[in-house]
Amino acid sequence: MSQTSPPTDDGLVQLLTPTGERVPHPDLDARVAHLDADGLRALYRDMVLVRRFDTEATSLQRQGELALFAQGLGQEAAQIGSAHAMTPHDHVFPSYREHGVAHVRGVDLAQVLRLFRGIDHGGWDPVAHGFHLYTLVIGSHTLHATGYAMGLQRDGLVGTGDPERDAAVVVYFGDGATSQGDVNEALVFAAVNNAPVVFFCQNNQWAISEPTTKQARVPLADRGPGFGVPSVRVDGNDVLATYAVTQQALERARTGGGPTFIEAFTYRMGAHTTSDDPTRYRTSAEEEYWRRRDPIDRLRLHLEELGELSAEFVEQVADEADALGERIRTEVRAMGRPSSASMFEHVYATPHSVVEGERAWFERYEASFTDAGQSREGSHR
Amino acid sequence: MSTTTTEVRAADAGTRGTQRLTFAKAINLGLRRALESDPRVLLMGEDIGKLGGVFRVTDGLQKDFGEDRVVDTPLAESGIVGTAIGLALRGYRPVCEIQFDGFVFPAFDQITTQLSKMHYRSQGRLTLPVVIRIPYGGGIGAVEHHSESPEVLFAHTAGLRVVSPSSPVEAYRMIQQSITSPDPVIFFEPKGRYWEKGDVDLDAPADGPLLDKARVVRAGADVTVVAYGPTVQTALKAAEAAAAEGTSIEVVDLRALSPLDTATVAESVRRTGRCVVVHEAPVLYGTGGEVAARITEECFYHLQAPVLRVGGFHAPYPVAKVEHDYLPGLDRVLDAVERALAF
Repeated sequence: MSQTSPPTDDGLVQLLTPTGERVPHPDLDARVAHLDADGLRALYRDMVLVRRFDTEATSLQRQGELALFAQGLGQEAAQIGSAHAMTPHDHVFPSYREHGVAHVRGVDLAQVLRLFRGIDHGGWDPVAHGFHLYTLVIGSHTLHATGYAMGLQRDGLVGTGDPERDAAVVVYFGDGATSQGDVNEALVFAAVNNAPVVFFCQNNQWAISEPTTKQARVPLADRGPGFGVPSVRVDGNDVLATYAVTQQALERARTGGGPTFIEAFTYRMGAHTTSDDPTRYRTSAEEEYWRRRDPIDRLRLHLEELGELSAEFVEQVADEADALGERIRTEVRAMGRPSSASMFEHVYATPHSVVEGERAWFERYEASFTDAGQSREGSHR
Repeated sequence: MSTTTTEVRAADAGTRGTQRLTFAKAINLGLRRALESDPRVLLMGEDIGKLGGVFRVTDGLQKDFGEDRVVDTPLAESGIVGTAIGLALRGYRPVCEIQFDGFVFPAFDQITTQLSKMHYRSQGRLTLPVVIRIPYGGGIGAVEHHSESPEVLFAHTAGLRVVSPSSPVEAYRMIQQSITSPDPVIFFEPKGRYWEKGDVDLDAPADGPLLDKARVVRAGADVTVVAYGPTVQTALKAAEAAAAEGTSIEVVDLRALSPLDTATVAESVRRTGRCVVVHEAPVLYGTGGEVAARITEECFYHLQAPVLRVGGFHAPYPVAKVEHDYLPGLDRVLDAVERALAF
């Protein structure tokens, strides 16, 4: 029989309550002390912008402009907080819902939608942004992240004492992924190699329709210590807390202290993807419970409490979000179809006679229609 | 098989000129050359360090290149290939050893969904110079999962190069070229041939189209026998036996299953008019079928008989006591040659 008790939120690190009150924390207060009003407003701004992106992309899918979209709604604090804790020379391995992290890493969010429009499999430069391509096979990339971290060790970029040199890796994955063999193998490899990698698990409570109780009988953070990887549970809707624990874990990794498992306890307020229908498996009461823990509201209330959220600033961010939405709409609609022959490009880095032969055949085949004065538009393919 | 420390030292000291080496030692020296010439080359696998691998192919390498470059990994094949991908993304050139053919499947997901596609998905921005060495094939009296020939499963996946050497000198050169390739290479080592010896010119550069082009190993006029990896030696023995009875067999070593060099085979078949393909892997959906289809398309009017296939059966690899009836041996190859001639 499966366990059906609700997931516990015991033992979560929290710096902001759902109503925006600052909770003191002996270990972590120092890590957020430098975040003045400007710093907090920067976090607020990024969360508002990525939420607007989310809304816009969902609408574009409904209008038929995207084949699919995976919403990040509700997970803004987990993503923006953790991403702000990184340095440019850290490297990120995302799953496929980390649009907030992409934004902070300088990836143009319109580029992210090329994947969901069917233009390419990820249009950004992973090296330039320190942000790898999205991985759709659940958990596979946790091993890539661990291997990359093992490479940083061999490159002498861990524990040098020079913050400009020391680097680490963050890998994002979900609650469902913790059941995958690859994630467990990644924890083994990271532990025995003492690799500088932060396992950032966004427990958003749902793996499509399966609740976390279908993946584990213990809090997901408890996975770590069995592998020899220390873990922490953090309120994933508290942007200050996710920032602080990620910064702590990254510092540990960069200085040679090894991997950390972070469970960010959050909620997927939207559907798994635009093809999903959450009304079939969860209650509106549950959604309402989490709506009252909205990550943006929480920081807004905190800034208001501090008297640091002026109407002008809120309006300025809203205008910026409007402009982003408009730009995304315009750019996505203008994205053209790649050439058919592009499917043969970059299959290999060096010439491969079978690919070349098939490409040549395909191009002759396509040309045969043009030569005959026919158009293949609208014909069977 | 087990070489003493003294012999290893002697061999390592004299890694020049032409030497008579086992297949396993030839690969060992090829790996050594690669480790010497590029500090980014790493070996990863289970028991490859102090033990030198269960077949001793990596014998002595950890001692000379250290634990960070010849890495004893956790016992997790997906983890080996998955972390190798991460290391390759960081600029390293990992060479992974899968201990036996039947143990590659935990890594099959990483190889087919990740390793093979990352260059493509990134539109060429990322390259994955990863080599995966897999001892494969039967004939050594092993227990189950230790004698299989799963090469076609990989050749069917775009983005991977799939090769198999057929002699010590080929192995010595092909492993080095595989390691310098920017593409992922699945390197199938015919484990039944590990102990066979051949002359290896250790000074010969690993150049030429070793991973792209088939080669004619023995010239002949009546029938083309196509083989790769362990069955090339079988084909050569068949050619020897047939010659005594007046039949001239041309033997083509494919070397690579991806890319498949149909041109070299077709050139041969246009002269002989007959073609037999031999491999240990099951015939159904196998390399023989692919070669037959392509040869039929390319030189239909030169064919005087259907292309025939000799290989494993559509049954799990059998127990050791009957494996030699499963494997395509000399008699089955000669039988196919006779059928081709009699058609």
